[in-house]
Amino acid sequence: MDFQLTDDQRALKAGVRELLAARFGRERLRAAVDEGPRLDRALWRELGEAGFFALRLPEAEGGVGLGLPEAVLAFEEAGRVLLPGPLIATHLAAGVVDGAATGETVVTAVDGGGLVEWLAEADVVRGEATGAEPLRSVDPLTPLHRVPVSGGAGLADVRPMGSTGALPTAPLTSLFTAAEQLGTAARACETAVQHARTREQFGQPIGAFQAVKHLCAQMLVRVELARAAVYAAAVTADPVDIAAARLLADEAAVRGARDCLQVHGGMGFTWESDVHLCLKRAWTRTQRTGSATESEELLAADLVSGVGR
Amino acid sequence: MDLTYTPEEEEFRARLREWLAEVLPSLPPKPSPDDWPGRRAYDLGWQRMLYDAGYAGLHWPVDAGGRGATPTQHLIYLEETEKAGAPYVGANFVGLLHAGPTIASEGTPAQRARWLPPVLRGEEVWCQGFSEPDAGSDLAALRTRAWRDGDDYVVSGSKIWTSHAEVADWCELLVRTDPAAPKHRGISWLAMPMDAPGITVRPLRTLAGSTEFAEVFLDEVRVPVTHRVGAENDGWRVTMVTLSYERGTAFVGEVVACRRVLGEVAREARKNGRWDDPALRRRLGGLNAEFRALWRLTQWNVSEAQRNGGVPGVGGSVFKLRYSHARQELYDAAAEVLGPEALDLGREWTLDRLSSLSYTIAAGTSQIQHNIVAERILGLPKGR
Repeated sequence: MDFQLTDDQRALKAGVRELLAARFGRERLRAAVDEGPRLDRALWRELGEAGFFALRLPEAEGGVGLGLPEAVLAFEEAGRVLLPGPLIATHLAAGVVDGAATGETVVTAVDGGGLVEWLAEADVVRGEATGAEPLRSVDPLTPLHRVPVSGGAGLADVRPMGSTGALPTAPLTSLFTAAEQLGTAARACETAVQHARTREQFGQPIGAFQAVKHLCAQMLVRVELARAAVYAAAVTADPVDIAAARLLADEAAVRGARDCLQVHGGMGFTWESDVHLCLKRAWTRTQRTGSATESEELLAADLVSGVGR
Repeated sequence: MDLTYTPEEEEFRARLREWLAEVLPSLPPKPSPDDWPGRRAYDLGWQRMLYDAGYAGLHWPVDAGGRGATPTQHLIYLEETEKAGAPYVGANFVGLLHAGPTIASEGTPAQRARWLPPVLRGEEVWCQGFSEPDAGSDLAALRTRAWRDGDDYVVSGSKIWTSHAEVADWCELLVRTDPAAPKHRGISWLAMPMDAPGITVRPLRTLAGSTEFAEVFLDEVRVPVTHRVGAENDGWRVTMVTLSYERGTAFVGEVVACRRVLGEVAREARKNGRWDDPALRRRLGGLNAEFRALWRLTQWNVSEAQRNGGVPGVGGSVFKLRYSHARQELYDAAAEVLGPEALDLGREWTLDRLSSLSYTIAAGTSQIQHNIVAERILGLPKGR
């Protein structure tokens, strides 16, 4: 047993972080918010060139030939910078939809929960999106459409993954969502700590007050527990492990963003602070397939199935 | 990231399983919780069986008489002994996990030769005299005094939360040898024989009704200077060295046990109909996520220790914060499943629910653990 990142995995994670820091740093994030939900096609192709979408596609099919753990590390970094776009759907379409692997084609999908992200901007939509109605999305960087319940054949029912894995798309979507939530949770924790170290009141950094300190510590505890669960689920690809990972990562991201907002005080309630972007994205992701209710029911069923260890 | 065990690790597991299956049926019946001499004999007997089979001091270094096992082997040992229902470390806890490793690391050759083999062979029991009525979370504020008088220290003061004091042979004792020095720099570590004159042990009854630990009063107890481990006034550092033995394995058996109990709670709910309540079902599902993740975090920490030769104590703080809370949540959920029967002390889960209340207090309260995480991992400033 060696449940730690390998040197290659560390390098890959650092590489993705570097690429995203250069191409989607804070200024770019704020500019994207100001511009409204427009997909940056150039960035999308760059991600394609870097292998983000073709990461798990076999080398024989022009992919990078890596596995779920590596994909999870990449999605964690995407979640950290709040990278917008239907990343998971396009990743899952690599090798199935022409041009998805290279980032030439932007693919979205009808989620099991009945929502479609980035419908107007995508080139291809997987699943039945007829009659989809736009919502005024709470997240400024995730445009949403709602599919009528009767017509909403979720992607879970559409097709299993191609040659790259045995799991159907629903648990994979949930796993990658968990990875994105993990990255956002880690960012929220770091942002809160940074603020608590520098913001002074009563003549000292507010991070010296235990009430603030303990909020920050709780954020880190949630991040680290979620990290262990998400990485393990990427290794085992077990649907019950994925449900556990998703539940903990959703919690780490949503509660982490909430606590981050609290640590920021009044500034956390402003548009100019980035904290609300973390929270709104985290909220948006919680609605994807494998939501808390679904995951908890799956985990409950596992307890009485007789196969749980 | 690899969660599979190597062939050597699987071999270790298989041999251990085989041995456990062979010896556990031959164990004597468990003594009652209030029978301290019986508990001592039972726990030492188990330790002797481990010693004879070559499993004693698994995680101790080889030159201290241990097996020098890897953190992963130690994890496997704790996982398998829990699953097989083997006895707990019990009265051997302080000897094997605190005093022994401290002596192994900081003791002289003579001290190691005197004190380590009896721990491994299951012949002597150690207890811990660290906390005091006025030195709990602020352990370094301890006031038990030791004066030099010839070749002896003369020790007066009182200790609290000392487990197994009634049946211990030795006490690892922290005393103040220099009251003028800053609080961390005037402390020494002594091995005190528990049969020395001047020691009074008063059992403390817990809220669960049992006497799991004691107060120990020291009235001019004479401890030979040769029983000091490490230099005079260097006791704080000597004590902290023990923490470097922390390899992420502290709660392995407990997490395994909690997962088993959670399964039993779910099956009980199915039996008595409460399973039909979706809120309860989801609560138990959430706990399944929690304990699965805690198991993965254990594997993560153990792997880190295996790579680096130890995990920093702060990694343990992250784990302990969440685990201690989860354990309490588990028994609260069990009580919801039991309904009125949760008030029956005849139910095992009722007693376990009561004892779970100590988890967010013992070995560093959750408040102190939050401070440790915030200051030592996140780098937030110290304050009040």
